Amino acid sequence: MALLSKKDANLILDPLADNNPITIQVLGICSALAITAELQASLVMALSVIFVLGVGNVVISLMRNIIPSKIRIIVQLIVVATLVIIVDQVLKAYAYTLSKTLAVFVGLIITNCIIMGRFEAFALGNGPWKSFLDGIGNALGYGVILIIVGFFRELLGSGTLFGIPVLGNPIEKTGLYATGYENNGFMIIPPAALIVVGIVIWVQRSKNRALIEEN
Amino acid sequence: MSDKRLTFKKRLHILKHHYRGKKMAPAFNAFHTFLFAPNETTHSGSHVRVADDLKRAMNTVIMALIPVLLFSFFNTGYQHYSAINGFPQAFSIWDHFLTWENFWLGFKLVMPLVVVSYGVGLLIEFIFAVIKGHEVEEGYLVTGMLVPLIVPVDTPLWMLAVAVVFGVVIGKEVFGGTGMNILNPALTIRAFLFFAYPTWMSGDKVWVHGAVERTGTPDAISGETILGYLAQNGSYEYSLSDMFFGFIPGSVGETSTFLILLGGLFLIFSKIASWRIMVSAVIGSLVMGLIFNGVVDAGWISTGSKFYGLMSFEFWQHLLVGGLAFGIVYMATDPVTGAQTNRGKWIYGFLIGFISVMIRVFNPAYPEGVFLAILLMNVFAPTIDHYVVRGNVRRRMKRLKHATILPKDTEQAEVPKVETV
Repeated sequence: MALLSKKDANLILDPLADNNPITIQVLGICSALAITAELQASLVMALSVIFVLGVGNVVISLMRNIIPSKIRIIVQLIVVATLVIIVDQVLKAYAYTLSKTLAVFVGLIITNCIIMGRFEAFALGNGPWKSFLDGIGNALGYGVILIIVGFFRELLGSGTLFGIPVLGNPIEKTGLYATGYENNGFMIIPPAALIVVGIVIWVQRSKNRALIEEN
Repeated sequence: MSDKRLTFKKRLHILKHHYRGKKMAPAFNAFHTFLFAPNETTHSGSHVRVADDLKRAMNTVIMALIPVLLFSFFNTGYQHYSAINGFPQAFSIWDHFLTWENFWLGFKLVMPLVVVSYGVGLLIEFIFAVIKGHEVEEGYLVTGMLVPLIVPVDTPLWMLAVAVVFGVVIGKEVFGGTGMNILNPALTIRAFLFFAYPTWMSGDKVWVHGAVERTGTPDAISGETILGYLAQNGSYEYSLSDMFFGFIPGSVGETSTFLILLGGLFLIFSKIASWRIMVSAVIGSLVMGLIFNGVVDAGWISTGSKFYGLMSFEFWQHLLVGGLAFGIVYMATDPVTGAQTNRGKWIYGFLIGFISVMIRVFNPAYPEGVFLAILLMNVFAPTIDHYVVRGNVRRRMKRLKHATILPKDTEQAEVPKVETV
């Protein structure tokens, strides 16, 4: 492992599984519920958060010694807001229909608890390189869950993946639909995301018993 | 009976010792206790054990459901043939309703629903029991019978199977199994079906067998429910006795208010279900119905309003149509998900009836609200109980504050006078 020391590698790998921001820390749930009905929207949301959190963590980390601690939240907000507006404008310019689908949720990345959480908990106390890795790692952990949830919701709810029909045509009754199969309307509505996230948490904790809290 | 002969019961007991501690033990015990009461005695402390354990309670509810199930066989056939050939002019129970033809068609259509519901549900219960090393829990016995009775007759079997898996796993097992669930599993299954496959669960085509597959052909038939007609401000041709005895389209087992009433009385007298919940739910729905009738009488809404049909519906007739009666008797009274305190039961039942009728009237897309009302109140039941218990504690604290507590060694000690407020 020449590229990253073991410690650095853990910064990226930990949030992917054993310290996942969604399934373990249960942060950033709102957007996970709202935009995961389609895989494409999930993917774009994941990429946006990777960009915002990766760059934001570096910026905050570089400024960590000059930010007065009394106004640090405001400074953090300005950094996130700037990055989010960049993402929003890029989406509007190059993927207009998609930005319509994501609607207000791109703007709401600002309020995503994961981002402020990483700024507070990590970037304010660590150097830029480590902060970058931590930001990427946490955003990837968030993105992985988004894509898992989006995959199941789109497949079961609409019978498509990335908008491409994979189970046949529901109107002409081809493919799987010829056998009487029908799309599951429940998967389209946000409560289904809550249940899918719950199942992911269930599977993860039964695979790794150390994650189960004592109570 | 001589002691040496091996009866069936003894064989089972021997087998039970043989299986003890093995992985299959829970599965075996489930069948064993289904037939016989366990022969174990308590070893420490003194516990009074009665024979009417959970399994007996469940069996009693199933007994109360059997007449409804039998009726549903006949009604399924009757609705199907009447929709095709026209309703008989002079209706006679023996000639038109209790016929082999009706029974056989209903049997062919309803029994698969029952079999799938029990097969899939119990399979999951067994799997979880073996994984967790618990005894198989009896909770599914009633759920399995309720589920086929609250779905439309033409529900595809695979949909029912998917919904049962969802309802039992997400509605019950993740909370820890029977007795720990916050939502009624049968209603969770119904709600899943409704949100996942709305075209199969509502509309005017699903309530009579054959209506869906005949859509768009010259033989098309319709089977709108009474609530469906009312939601469209239409009129219906069913008499009051049709509604009461259940010769109307609807979910498989919900139509006969008469048999549900008998089942309810049976459950009350066998002390399995709470009469408080049933009575208060009836009162709640009557009150809401009266309020709507009052709104119509006061002339606040015009006859053109989309709510007019349901609002002007006689308040007490709400109990005769749709699933309200079935929900009140068999679902609202679920001891696990309902309120536990006596005063809580009154509030819980009242709100179920009240909200059911409210959803009926204000949700024109789907003129039935019983399952939503019961699920909502399932969620609130612990809160209701909490405040009832707190209220009781506060009242007794207040009483304690005003009470004159006499010292123990006075002369009046034999007649302690405690003033209550």
